[in-house]
Amino acid sequence: MTMNAEWLEIDGERVVQDLQAAREALDSAQNDVVLDFSSVRRIDPSALRAMEKLAGIADEKAVKVVLRGVNVDIYKVLKLVKLTSRFSFLA
Amino acid sequence: MAETVASLSEERIAYLEGLVSQARTAAAVFTQYTQEDVDRIVKPMVLAGLEQAQYLARLAIEETRLGVVEDKALKNMVATEFVYNYIKDKRTVGAIREFPERGVVEVAEPIGVIFSLTPITNPTSTVLFKCIMAIKTRNAVIFSPHPSAGHCCYEAVRIMYEAAVKHGAPEGVFTCLESQTLQDNAYLMRHKDVGLIDATGGPGMVKAAYSSGKPALGVGPGNTPVYLEKTADLNMAVVDIITSKTFDNGTICASEQTVVIDDEIYDSVLQKFSDLGAHICNEKETELLGRTVIDPKTGYMQPMAVGQKATDIARMVGLSVKPKTKLLIAPIQGVGPEHPLSVEKLFPVLAVYRAKSVNEALTVCVDVNHAGGIGHTAVIFSRNDQIIQKFGEVMNAGRIIVNSPGSIGALGGVYNDMVPTFSFGCGTGGGNSTTDNVNVYNYLNIKRVARRTQAHMWFRVPNQIYFNMNAVENLRHFQSRSTIIITNPAMEQIGHVDTVRRHIPPETHVHVSVIPDAEPEVKVVMQGVEALNFYKADQIIALGGGSVIDAAKIMKLKYESPEADLEELAAPFLDLRKRVIQYPTEKVAQARLIAISTTSGTGSEVTPFAVLTDKEHGRKVTLADYSLSPDVAIVDPQFVMSMPKGLTADTGIDCLTHALEAGVSIFASPYTDSNAMQAIRMVFKFLPIAYEHPQDEEARTMMHNAACIAAIAFSNAAVGVNHALAHAFGARFGVAHGRANALMLPHVIAFNAGVPTKFMPSPNQRGYIAHKKYAMVADLLGLGGQTIDEKVKSLVAATEQLLDRLAIPRSIADLGISKEEFERAMPDLVKIAFDDPSWRSNPRMPLLSELGDLFWSAYRGRSLPTVAKAPQQQIAEEWSCV
Repeated sequence: MTMNAEWLEIDGERVVQDLQAAREALDSAQNDVVLDFSSVRRIDPSALRAMEKLAGIADEKAVKVVLRGVNVDIYKVLKLVKLTSRFSFLA
Repeated sequence: MAETVASLSEERIAYLEGLVSQARTAAAVFTQYTQEDVDRIVKPMVLAGLEQAQYLARLAIEETRLGVVEDKALKNMVATEFVYNYIKDKRTVGAIREFPERGVVEVAEPIGVIFSLTPITNPTSTVLFKCIMAIKTRNAVIFSPHPSAGHCCYEAVRIMYEAAVKHGAPEGVFTCLESQTLQDNAYLMRHKDVGLIDATGGPGMVKAAYSSGKPALGVGPGNTPVYLEKTADLNMAVVDIITSKTFDNGTICASEQTVVIDDEIYDSVLQKFSDLGAHICNEKETELLGRTVIDPKTGYMQPMAVGQKATDIARMVGLSVKPKTKLLIAPIQGVGPEHPLSVEKLFPVLAVYRAKSVNEALTVCVDVNHAGGIGHTAVIFSRNDQIIQKFGEVMNAGRIIVNSPGSIGALGGVYNDMVPTFSFGCGTGGGNSTTDNVNVYNYLNIKRVARRTQAHMWFRVPNQIYFNMNAVENLRHFQSRSTIIITNPAMEQIGHVDTVRRHIPPETHVHVSVIPDAEPEVKVVMQGVEALNFYKADQIIALGGGSVIDAAKIMKLKYESPEADLEELAAPFLDLRKRVIQYPTEKVAQARLIAISTTSGTGSEVTPFAVLTDKEHGRKVTLADYSLSPDVAIVDPQFVMSMPKGLTADTGIDCLTHALEAGVSIFASPYTDSNAMQAIRMVFKFLPIAYEHPQDEEARTMMHNAACIAAIAFSNAAVGVNHALAHAFGARFGVAHGRANALMLPHVIAFNAGVPTKFMPSPNQRGYIAHKKYAMVADLLGLGGQTIDEKVKSLVAATEQLLDRLAIPRSIADLGISKEEFERAMPDLVKIAFDDPSWRSNPRMPLLSELGDLFWSAYRGRSLPTVAKAPQQQIAEEWSCV
């Protein structure tokens, strides 16, 4: 599944900007997009909003967005705002 | 409420949804914060609140026209500084409390989104308080202020929000409805993403919160009674009451409403009130006041009076009072609708009542408490601890304030060490879920991480056990003035009683009491007790089998503790350490019990059990307590050398059953295992010899010791389902206990070795180990087999062979019991076996159907159920598996 995927690293210090870049990448994406959250320790409301937008665009373009390396604290946040069902997760 | 929600416009719903979404996001993000993060935010919020205390107080007064600006400023300071002082070191994130000795850790889980209603009477202080609570606990709050206090509350929320976000709180953590309607509240109260409603407001709003179906904290109405008792410090009491009742013009719902004063001090108390600026109303003024400030239709206070000054209320009513009057005091003669001023009055009007006695005073306080103030607050001024205690018992109030002002006292942290709050839980009496002074712990879901603990185990044996041939000689060591030998006729005939007598010191007066050779009846026991009393015995020697020794145990119990109720002591229990009924510890007499066993099976000489036959009610009563254990056991094989072969076989298998059941019991321990395993080894080796060569002294000695050793094991680890089956079957068909055990034994081993349909809770064992324990026995006996399955089969086969060698019938059918008769008995057998406490220590919990299956297996005999495949494991590990 991830063999041909586009791989983007999310910087823990620039989550919103990197998610913006990911949104742009979705426009030209041919395959799945993998967002590597390994270096993200915590997310804030603006990052959550950015993720919600990203999920919306991914739905429109029928592109699968895979989140990799999401720590359990962030996963719980995504669960609480009901975003987990809109992404795939990779350990 | 559904209709009101339906009337909301789409735009309004979108607005409300936006608030919830924002709060939900903030709450979700907040879950990532640490305790340090949270504490870093709380402190500047508190400082911001303190800085703006007066500003917010002025705003509140301007908007609501209720209360006193100075007092409101003070409340804002208490809501910030005092609350902070209480919570600053409290852990509210992650592990918040640890109980290492219990293996329990409490872990905080935020609630999420809280919908908070705030009142008109304490608007800004309540907001400040709730904001601080929410941040400390990582929750987001949507505020809905009282419509007449919207602006000041909005400002309070803004100040808190800005301070919080500036120091790292997630954006959107507080929102406030700019204007609100009942429909808005109804919508938000029922919103799926709102986790908790915190309603501080009027009774209607609190009721709506509780009716929403959401978890809610609600403050109920108050009606605080005060008992001013004659021993009180009157000067302090009067000042405290005035301070409290006039604080913010009486708007705090915990403030005093009716003061019940002892007759002896009534006049002087009223004079003190008057001296300090209160106006004492005469009868006519009281009537006028009641008619004006209380709505005659509803019986509730008139809103126009709430939070107004005493002089303004007097003017409203048309009373002539001095210009600086602080408080209007209205004497009343009772409580209830005919006495309108006996209800809650959130303004400086105080009812007073003259009580002729303590009882009357307490009774009137109860009436006031129940006239709209259940669960809230009550106050007493007294130096009499007994009366204070009684007041605490009869008042149904979450806060019972002693020798301090009601309103400020109830807030906590000022006059006492209660938890500071601006939200008073009123318990179920007030329709609330808590009586707490609501604080941080009410804003958390507290999770308990409970680690597995091991129950304390025990290993008890009689103080002294003398064993091997001629052990009876040791009787000479026991000094006694008066000894009674309890025995049965056979022991006398064989000459065993004379043998015993020979070894008792010559100066001892000895009396022999012969009882029937059967399970003891109450009547027999009581005759024995009479003899013990008559001879003032200080020593009892029980010489016989289990029945005689059991009888002696119960005689000793009733002799030492005549009040002991045998029926009560036989009450069922699951765990000896937690049993409801305790055996008596106070004794009117004391006698040493020496048990000399004359059979090699029951082990009664060392067990804490005794069985009594209750002929009157047609049943057996089992007593169990370590206080029943004999003080001394003498295990001398000379008393069993003449045992008949059949009895040797039956009692020997009883001994084996004890050992095997103790070995696999859920209460087994390394201490009991060592005894159980040794007894099993001795039985397999020496029982056939003792059976076939009754005069073999070594075999008899070993079997006599084995019975005692097995009994030590099961005294501490208990028995199992084999005994439950044998008790039911033996009683129904009159089959000796040992033989009944033998008929069940191979089937029970196979049953316990299988994978249980239902596991028995056994906190002291790691996993299911019965099959491994049986395999361990097989190894010990050198029975062969490579796998656990093979070893269990070897043990079953070896048990079968032993029973064959002892010529024990191998099926119930072999006893001549017809299938039809057995089938008829089956429902009763299953019921009785299930009620038998023995199986409660069995490793596998038997289903009723499985008890039936086991009975039928025993009926058929050799067609044993297949031993189920259990996971294979190295046996060596199982030596330490309990």
